[in-house]
Amino acid sequence: MKRHLISAADLTRDDAVLVLDTAEEMARMADRPIKKLPTLRGRTICNLFFEDSTRTRISFEAAEKRLSADVINFSAKGSSVSKGESLKDTAQTLAAMGVDAVVIRHSASGAPYRLANSGWIDAPVINAGDGTHQHPTQALLDAFTLRRRLVGHDAGIGQDLSGRRVTIVGDVLHSRVARSNVDLLHTLGAEVTLVAPPTLVPVGVDSWPCEVSYDLDSALPKCDAVMMLRVQRERMNAAFFPTEREYSRRYGLDAERMARIPEHAVVMHPGPMVRGMEITAEVADSPRCTVVEQVANGVFTRMAVLYLLLGGNEPAVTQPSSRTEEK
Amino acid sequence: MDAPQQSDARPVLEGPDIARVLTRIAHEIVERAKGADDVVLLGIPTRGVFLARRLAEKLEQITGRATPVGSLDITMYRDDLRLRPARALARTDIPGDGIDRCLVVLVDDVLFSGRTIRAALDALGDLGRPRAVQLAVLVDRGHRELPIRADYVGKNLPTSLRETVKVQLSEEDGRDAVLLGVREPAPTGEK
Repeated sequence: MKRHLISAADLTRDDAVLVLDTAEEMARMADRPIKKLPTLRGRTICNLFFEDSTRTRISFEAAEKRLSADVINFSAKGSSVSKGESLKDTAQTLAAMGVDAVVIRHSASGAPYRLANSGWIDAPVINAGDGTHQHPTQALLDAFTLRRRLVGHDAGIGQDLSGRRVTIVGDVLHSRVARSNVDLLHTLGAEVTLVAPPTLVPVGVDSWPCEVSYDLDSALPKCDAVMMLRVQRERMNAAFFPTEREYSRRYGLDAERMARIPEHAVVMHPGPMVRGMEITAEVADSPRCTVVEQVANGVFTRMAVLYLLLGGNEPAVTQPSSRTEEK
Repeated sequence: MDAPQQSDARPVLEGPDIARVLTRIAHEIVERAKGADDVVLLGIPTRGVFLARRLAEKLEQITGRATPVGSLDITMYRDDLRLRPARALARTDIPGDGIDRCLVVLVDDVLFSGRTIRAALDALGDLGRPRAVQLAVLVDRGHRELPIRADYVGKNLPTSLRETVKVQLSEEDGRDAVLLGVREPAPTGEK
């Protein structure tokens, strides 16, 4: 594995399968009386959140604490950033305090890459979502949830997702989750179809390893999983569709549409959900919807990533060739 | 254990010897635990798990009762984690009734520095509170670095630090044997 986790495309198939297998072992720890491992004792991890987040920040914090790391939480609100401090100065402050790893979320695409490659700080950087670019741990936890549901907990060990069909529906244009999932699911051998109104499909999508469709109903009957995306109003500076009702009618998942997806298929959502917009309450609360499971799996997956990046004197080695590429 | 297979490695225990040794250890466990009705066997991956399963079979033949058997991965509890790249984890599988108030017998293939067993004791502490913990090993090769000893030993094998001890089991390696070899100096340029 590479030293930083900036993009889901940084992971080879073997890296990704190793993360999922490790997450499976972490998941088994959840039923123990003492849910804590001493592995990262004495290491300090800083959660650097320049953008609002509940799920991801709490999930990372839980994962770090279960591995016994010391956690420093930093959020832009109420810090010197609101006084005008730059990313560089913040990074150098953290470096001076002796931080062993940085988990960063930023509204600007590329901020984690900049942090990792600028020489400001000499610690592994984990991207917890940057702008409309990438959210690799979300893609990993989605792949983990998919593998558990479609292949099985124990049967899935060592397996990828080859031949599985995943449909990603909604605001692809603003979605880092969609970008990361397309990269990772493709690496793991799955076939991805994006479904969105033409205005919410990014320019250059034809170079992505996936299919694109504008019609949800034709994509539903032949998929193993449907991933619904939230319409990210806060990133929208123009009108991308006429009304919410029209969006919801054409691209929302309701019980009637859910009845048309295959029996074994699951409905996923990275959260936060807007009930009544991209998903109805009936679908969100059905047993086929994995939203809550995805949150639980997020902790296991992030524990796996933290362990594999920080658990040794260098990241886990999956194959000799991946190691020479790095240097 | 990680040394490459030496062609001049000499077998010190063969298949039938290993079977006899395990039968003896099973009888010793029953004798010391006075019937072994609260015994839980926990193998340390990889080969300790196969040995634990074989011991469980022997115990069942002796006592007529099934003995709970599981595996205990100690990777996350090692004291040398920061000396090497992060390692893949193995399966920890604790039998359904847990280990509280049980006699846990840890099972491993080779007892060497004792650091693996130290890690296993730490891991056990996070899983429950056994009545007692004992240790069964197929080979004790000496050179302890911690005050740890085995309760049941298949074979005491005095070795020098230049020698390697490799246990092969049919489940993993296709045959049963304990091989004693000589460590070759690492070729220059290789890590």
